[in-house]
Amino acid sequence: MMTPVPMGYGLIVAAVLFSLGLIGVIVRRNIVFILISIEILLNAAGLAFVVAGSRWGQPDGQVMFIFILTMAAVEVSVGLALVLQFYHFFKTLDADAARKLKG
Amino acid sequence: MDTVFYISSAVAIISTIMVITRLHAVHALLYFIVSLLSAALIFYTLGAPFVASLEVIIYAGAIMVLFIFTIMMLNLGPQLKEQEKQWINVKMWTGPIILSLILIGEMVYMLSVNSGYPVGTVTVGPKQVGISLFTFYLLGVELASLLLLSGIIGAYHIGRRRTTDGHKDLES
Repeated sequence: MMTPVPMGYGLIVAAVLFSLGLIGVIVRRNIVFILISIEILLNAAGLAFVVAGSRWGQPDGQVMFIFILTMAAVEVSVGLALVLQFYHFFKTLDADAARKLKG
Repeated sequence: MDTVFYISSAVAIISTIMVITRLHAVHALLYFIVSLLSAALIFYTLGAPFVASLEVIIYAGAIMVLFIFTIMMLNLGPQLKEQEKQWINVKMWTGPIILSLILIGEMVYMLSVNSGYPVGTVTVGPKQVGISLFTFYLLGVELASLLLLSGIIGAYHIGRRRTTDGHKDLES
């Protein structure tokens, strides 16, 4: 009942979640979905850090997860401000609408 | 403990698949909250209770509420669904999905054959994490505070509503 989990299984879960997030970034064209998929990517990377920290029983992995959490919060706030500006300007959330940039 | 880990990992993977295939953003966010809660349960079984509570409070609490508020402010119509339906076409993605499943099967095989040392035998509590965070990683904490400050300023600057023209970097 209380058999501990091997380290490889935790890394498998993190890798599968990361590839699902990567698929989401590539496939979806809605900007909100791209942001959600980036959150999935960051969460999977944090899961890998916590698994690796738990392997040696050291707090370093959890410290790295806290840094990733901070970065995700900053990224989401700036990204959602960009999404609001984007929707206000183009009246759509399609990422293909912003093909032209002023040089 | 291992049964809890396997069940919550399956819930996390299934709900993440549901996130990237939903057409409506609010449905995807609900599934993403389920995925984050199961990730918190995984952290708890791995002996990291502090990070598990942070995952629930900050990720599933604060960041997801930010997403939901933004979607409420945008007030989206049904026109985006039709466009996304063209992209999520089963026939177009069958080949890449099968080939990627082969690769991921290989990786799962390699990681499970040599699955290594057991994890989650030692619980690393908030006290050890705090001691490590504020002594050895103090420079990282300062850098994170600078990042948060620049994030606040950037979000305020970008999110300002201009009535006449759009952002200066975008061309209509």
